[in-house]
Amino acid sequence: MGGLSDLLSKAADVQLPRLKKPLAKLPFPLRAPSTPLTVEPLPPVRKTGVDFDTEWARSGPARAAREVLTTTVMEPVVQYLASPNRQGLDRLEGYEGPMIFAANHHSHLDTPVMITSIPEPWRSKLVVGAAADYFFNSRVKGSLAALSIAAFPIERTKVGRRSADLAADLIGDGWSLLIFPEGGRSPDGWGQEFRGGAAYLAHRCDVPVVPVHIEGTGRILRKGRTLPKPSSTKVTFGAPMRVGEGERSAAFAQRIEHEVAVLADEVTTDWWSARKRSYAGTTPALSGPEAGVWRRVWSLDDKNKRSSRRSWPRP
Amino acid sequence: MAKEPKRAPRPGLVLDVDRSTPPILFHHGEGFRLEKLPAGRSRVIYAAEPLPGIPDPDGAIRDALANPIGESEPLHALLKPGMKLTIAFDDISLPLPPMTKPDVRQRIIEAVLDLAAEAGVDDVHLIAALALHRRMTEAELRHAVGDRVYDAFAPQGCLYNHDAEDPDGMVILGQTPHGEDVQMNKRAVESDLIVYVNINLVSMDGGWKSTATGLSGYQALQHHHNPKTMRNSKSFMIKEDSELHHSNWRQGKVLKDSGIKIFQIETTINNNTFGSDGPLSVLQKREWEWTGRDRASFMAMNTGLKAMSSRAKRAAFQSWKAPYELTSVQAGEVEAVHEVTTANTLKQHLVPVEGQTDILTMGLPYICPYNVNSIMNPILVMCLGLGYFFNMYRNKPLVREGGVLIMSHPTPWEFHPVHHPSYIDFFEQVLAETHDPVEMSQKYEKQFAEDEWYRHLYRTSYAYHGVHPFYMWYWGAHALEHLGQVIIVGGDTRAVKRLGFRPASTLQDALEMASDTVGPQASITHYHNPPILMADVT
Repeated sequence: MGGLSDLLSKAADVQLPRLKKPLAKLPFPLRAPSTPLTVEPLPPVRKTGVDFDTEWARSGPARAAREVLTTTVMEPVVQYLASPNRQGLDRLEGYEGPMIFAANHHSHLDTPVMITSIPEPWRSKLVVGAAADYFFNSRVKGSLAALSIAAFPIERTKVGRRSADLAADLIGDGWSLLIFPEGGRSPDGWGQEFRGGAAYLAHRCDVPVVPVHIEGTGRILRKGRTLPKPSSTKVTFGAPMRVGEGERSAAFAQRIEHEVAVLADEVTTDWWSARKRSYAGTTPALSGPEAGVWRRVWSLDDKNKRSSRRSWPRP
Repeated sequence: MAKEPKRAPRPGLVLDVDRSTPPILFHHGEGFRLEKLPAGRSRVIYAAEPLPGIPDPDGAIRDALANPIGESEPLHALLKPGMKLTIAFDDISLPLPPMTKPDVRQRIIEAVLDLAAEAGVDDVHLIAALALHRRMTEAELRHAVGDRVYDAFAPQGCLYNHDAEDPDGMVILGQTPHGEDVQMNKRAVESDLIVYVNINLVSMDGGWKSTATGLSGYQALQHHHNPKTMRNSKSFMIKEDSELHHSNWRQGKVLKDSGIKIFQIETTINNNTFGSDGPLSVLQKREWEWTGRDRASFMAMNTGLKAMSSRAKRAAFQSWKAPYELTSVQAGEVEAVHEVTTANTLKQHLVPVEGQTDILTMGLPYICPYNVNSIMNPILVMCLGLGYFFNMYRNKPLVREGGVLIMSHPTPWEFHPVHHPSYIDFFEQVLAETHDPVEMSQKYEKQFAEDEWYRHLYRTSYAYHGVHPFYMWYWGAHALEHLGQVIIVGGDTRAVKRLGFRPASTLQDALEMASDTVGPQASITHYHNPPILMADVT
């Protein structure tokens, strides 16, 4: 044993030749330049995140490619995984021009479900506000998001004037906007408080907001799951809403959230019951009961059961 | 679309070279060199980043015409039906390289003509104020004034090049108290109003130099374009320190006193020579800030250039149009306007530099004022290095007296036969005998200036005046007197020797040779130009 341990210790002492970076030997400009010691280096130019350039994805060729992608790939996949039942599209009739579609958010599948559900003329000129820190944190991911779903970066961790300006400019150019005001996918199946982005943009650009409720995508691909499990979904479009006279953005954001909650109630009950509960102020909140974790999960299960019960045909 | 607000332009920089400093870009004619400068005793002067352009140039021009500076009425008040109006404008030598369309001159001339049309002025002539430079071609005139103006005036013979050798077209207006003749284009003299349209690329341009030189001839120019005046212009980029300007201003006073009415319009542009995102944008960046894309484009460009013939390289570079932006426009009385213009020019160009250097290095680019769409011959190499770049200083020269100037340029023994015929004879005949500006001026200048063949080519072809190569040599007279040695790196050995300079194959060789004059541990300063900068040496 002693001989073996000696051998091992000698082997440990042997100096292996260091692997030098092969590029470091190359002369400038083949390798990157070093910065002189007395000079303050330039702040790095960010090309990812909120600085990601997506303008190219709204050009004619990119739009044509996206149209092909949507009809040949996205629609069949969405149909297979989610077989969405689309309701309330009649509420959009008579409207023209850009609109903001504001939906609740449970799954990555929500975006393709919405893109394939939003009717023309809005669908072919639709951009999607996507989390800058998630979808645009790399060039490849950002390019794919921009090309496939016309995503543009939205700063969700802080109030970003740049994102708002970009979104407002796009609406000004006639683009409709799909936005998930919760700012991210639901962590537990229940909804989250709506942020003010959609309301602010509606106020700033004087365009209507279409509240949309998506039900069932969480069962297919909830947050944390990697493989989808096919199930049925329901997409309900509400009536377009406008900012009221003298209404502040925060109040409008609450009203949007309430309308989505009413649509959720409409899905689990019926339109008439949902309207009555809405006027009575008893519409169940999207965020679920204020209770401990297990009770929230329990209630969710109950909600899903009720929902699935409703999927049976009525006698 | 919402764009990221632009970072404020950074001022110029004096970089002390250390071991981390990457090789430095040297322009080398229609090519480039990357040179490693010795750490610890070298510094590099970088130009300030381009100042932002005026957002509404046409609005600013209209505003300047309506609100003149100094003792002048607004332009519209000076325009009357039945008057004779002459619009003179800077020639092909400005700006460098030529700018992207629309040229500043076009914007201004159209604004002036608009007012003239409103006032009912019929008799309008437009003259390219080129003094003894070569005539501008139709394409060059079209680029400067625009197709609308060209098509409206050139076919009627009302848009043309100044002819300083037209015996019936020049007038002597008198003499300054120093005995300097004042000569001017006859049409301009006979006009009720001269509107001069200027582009100030460097602080030397503009003021009385516009009219008193641009519309003048040899009889007047010889009084300041001579070795004595140029040696006493330290430097000719600063009016107060320039004997050249003092002489011009004296001539200007004679012009003014003779009753000639001039409405001067001067402009400044930023130093956005290569653009911020075009194929040449890498040339405008500091080397340690080159991105992967910059390095790739530089290497691709260098590889491509090596495979190209001189002719193809020249054609490629000469096709570049600089995206200069207008940074100021002012109009009115000549001297008052020029004060503001000079201040605005210096705002872009001045870089404070502490102390002089033993060795000054510079990479000479492919262009100088006298080879637009032409060849940079050896005389122009000398003029650009010792005349222009050496003189880009305020207070005192960048290099100490007796110091060494190292320039990088291929310096081909090559001349444009149409543009520079008298240069060929000057190079072959005069420089073979002497490099002394005083001696050559006494012995040869008159002969070249009055040569009938050169005169004919100047007037009817596209040749620089016969005396022009002498003036190029005189531009460098101050530097020749000041410097202990001049070395050209990478130049044609025979051509460099004919110029009276020493040839070197590499910068290292040149530094070794310079040590003969300034010692082994001499301080080195690299003048990183273009984009244009001017050293404010204290």
